[in-house]
Parts: sequence; C-alpha cells; structure tokens
Amino acid sequence: MAPLIAELGLLFETQTDMRVDVQSGGSGRGINDTRNGLAQVGMSSRSLTADEVAWGLVAHAIAWDGIALIVHQDNPLAELEREDIRAIYRGEIRNWQQLGGAQQAITVINKAEGRSTLTLFLEYFDLESSEVRADLVAGENQQVILSVAGNPGAIGYVSIGAAEVAEAGGEAIRLLPLVGVPASVAAVRTGEYPLRRELNLVTLGTPSPLAAKFLEMIQMASVRPVIEAHHFVPVPQ
Amino acid sequence: MSLYPSDRWLSAALFGAAVLVGALLLGIVVTTLIGAWPVLAEIDVALFSVDWQPSTGHFGMLAMLVATLAVSLLALLLAAPLAVALAAWLNLYAPGVIQGPLRALYELLAGIPSVVYGLWGLIVLVPLVNQIAPPGASLITAALVVALMILPYGLLLADSDFRQVPTAQKQAAIATGLSPWGTFRCVYWPLCRGGIGRGMVLQFGRALGETMAVLMVAGNVVQLPTSLVAPVRTLTANIALEMGYASGDHRAALYLSGLLLLAIALGVMRLATGRGTP
Repeated sequence: MAPLIAELGLLFETQTDMRVDVQSGGSGRGINDTRNGLAQVGMSSRSLTADEVAWGLVAHAIAWDGIALIVHQDNPLAELEREDIRAIYRGEIRNWQQLGGAQQAITVINKAEGRSTLTLFLEYFDLESSEVRADLVAGENQQVILSVAGNPGAIGYVSIGAAEVAEAGGEAIRLLPLVGVPASVAAVRTGEYPLRRELNLVTLGTPSPLAAKFLEMIQMASVRPVIEAHHFVPVPQ
Repeated sequence: MSLYPSDRWLSAALFGAAVLVGALLLGIVVTTLIGAWPVLAEIDVALFSVDWQPSTGHFGMLAMLVATLAVSLLALLLAAPLAVALAAWLNLYAPGVIQGPLRALYELLAGIPSVVYGLWGLIVLVPLVNQIAPPGASLITAALVVALMILPYGLLLADSDFRQVPTAQKQAAIATGLSPWGTFRCVYWPLCRGGIGRGMVLQFGRALGETMAVLMVAGNVVQLPTSLVAPVRTLTANIALEMGYASGDHRAALYLSGLLLLAIALGVMRLATGRGTP
C-alpha cells in the first residue's frame, strides 16, 4: 500500500505546504513506528489486533484489497477446494496429478515472515506458519508473480490488484476463484470475495491536527479514483 | 617528519582519514553488538539449531550459515578456474587487437548492479533449472548467479597480475622456445599464483555478502541443503527479507546474524591480506 500512500502524500503536499515522508516496511513496522511515536500515521494492510487496540492505536480504514491464489497460465485446473489448498501448503499433495492435473511437481510459494498477506492467508486457511512446507519464500508480490509465471507447476498468493495488473500485462499467470467466486477487484468491491483485507492508516489515539487533515483528504470522494488506479477498492462512505 | 609544511598537513589529513575509516568499522561492530545484545546476553545452543521460526521465538541460524557458506564456496569453485583460464587466454592466446575491447567488456560486466543479475536469474535461469529439477530456485542457481557476478572481478584481478609479469621473463620464455601453455605453466603461474589466491579469497568475501541477487534465486526456504537443487536461505537474504518486519528478539537475532557474517568476512579478509605479504 506504500505506492498508494506515497501518491496521496504528494497530493497532500500540493494542497498544503507540508511534507509527507512515506516509508515502507510492512504492517508490523507501520504499527510499531506509530506506537513508538516515530511516525504520526502508520500504514497497516490488516486490521488491528486486540493488543494493538489496547495500546491506544486507532485504525482508519481507507480501502479493501483481496488476496488471490495464482497458478501458471497453463495449469489445467479451474478451481481448488479449500482442503486441497491446505493439503498443498502442508506438503501432503506434492504433484498436480493427485488433483487431476498434469504430471508435474507442485512448487509451493509462500510469503516471508511479517507480510500481512502471509498472516491473512494462514488465518483464512487455518494453517500454522510452522506446518507450511514451502519450496520458495518470496518477499514481494512481484517476486511471487515472476516465479509463478516462470514455473508451470507453481502456486502462490498475492494481492489481487497486483495479480490483475500482471495478468493484463501478459504475465503467464491465472487467478484461481475461491469458493466459486472469481478473484477480481470487482468481487472485492461487492464484498463477495472472502479472502480480503482492510488497508488502514493507523494513529496513536486521536490524530494530530495535521494527521487529521491528511486522513480527511484521503476520505474525500475526489481521491477515490487515485485509490482505484492502484487496484484497491475505496471503503464505501 | 618532513621539512615541508604542506607535507605535514597532508600527513595529518591522511592520518585523520585512516583513523576515521577504522572508527567506522569499529562503529559498525559496536552498533551490531548493541543490536544483537538481547539475544547475545542469553545466548544458548538454540541459536545453532536449524529451527528458524521467529513467530514462535526459535532463532536457529545453522541452516542459513551452512547455506551461506555453501553458496559462496560453490560460486568460487565455479568462477575461480574460469577466471584464471580466461585471463591466461587473454594474455597468451588472444590476438592483440581484441585484448583491449575484451578488457573493456569485462570491466562493464563487473559494473552491472547485482539486482540486475538477480532479475536475470529469476526470469531466465530459475525456469531453466526448474525444467530439470523443480522448484528451480536453489543452491546451485544462486551459486551460478553469484559465480557470474564474481567472475569478471576475479578475471580482471588475475589479468592485472599476468600483465605485471616482467618483459624480460616473457622474452626469456620466447627465447627458450616455450609454447604459450608452457609459458603459462612455467612463468605466469609460479609468479602470480599467490596474488591470484588472495584475489580469489577476496571474491569469496564478496560472494558471502551478496544479498539481492541471492534473495531472488535461492528460494529462501530455511533448511539444511540436502542437494544442489534444494532451495536455501542465506544469512544475508534472511536479513533483507525480515529486517524491515522484525521487532524485539527477532530483530536482535537478525543483528546477531549480521555480526556472524561480519566475523566470517573479517576472517576471510585476514586470510587474504595477512599471509604472503612481504
């Protein structure tokens, strides 16, 4: 979500004479830096935990994003059952043939520690971090997409927005539907797609006047096209 | 002490610069030590297990340490002989007109940023290896990419050693009717092998510290490498993957892995410079 906030920060700079310094580093860092007072506003691409709310952090939802499971374009399977995905990520199913696909080893791609996509994925599929048997661990969405595009047996998960852009841009990937709902920004917007996350700006207690002004600008209808241009779904007013 | 005031000024300035560089290294060591202190203070054998699960407080680094050494050693084994062979060919066999352009090309190769090698590895090399042994991102893929990165440096180092072979010796070799191979074996190699050895140790140090390219092609699974095509995670890749997301003991453990790398790198440098200097 850093590219989006960076753009909104620039917009804010043109409207006021304040400078917005945007740093990325994951939701954990966004939340910690806000708690420690290093940042006035933190970015978190997940909801706050009960602990974090107890520390006095307040989340301001700005958009929704979904997480899509992606496979190589040439993978013949149309959809995977929840139990199949669990079995793949636990290393119990090692070949696509076991699921009616091609005779091809499955390459399981997981996200690195600290990414909120990882946390959300594990939570949704009720998996423990320690039981995942990954063949590849990637840090960024783009690394997952390139790895899947280059490997007909790969499966991974990334932000839906990023996956849609890559697919439209000709990368050899395909987004898998989840419980019959196609993985698309549109399905995230209607709320049908189940594996979605909240993109939040976080403040410690009541935001400072300046931070409040920034939050106010982001929630204005005029910035909705900017959010949509980043393939996120603005939170309904 | 020199008689000239300008010399004294220069000497003082150079002394200051030398102290500053030393202080920087010391500063890095101290900062890393402070960062690693929380886990260093309660150091135990668990740090040298293979179990790295930061979310449950397991910070075993052995698997990543082994992977780091394996990738670097393998890369050096692949690159060093090729670098020496190419440098020898350049000096003894290559026609004079192409020597200059080739040297320029190798210098260009040495200047390519590591992330470009990594991206190339991810898009080209990983799918190729994947066809032979999935998942493609592996110990050998990382070693190949790192080998490619250190090859131009090793080559240029060996080349500059070979070019310093005195003309008198070359002429003597010609006068005794030695073949190019004989010249290499009896003149170039005995004169240059010490310098080449030290150069290769320096390249090993470079391979140890390589991060971005390895991160993109090694697979980053924390495990002891069981084969050449198994995905592995190096200490540097681990720091790059997790540092931005770590806090508390996890962060301290990453600092400790940085300290470990620093110790190995300093040891390697000592090996390269401490021995054989007149």
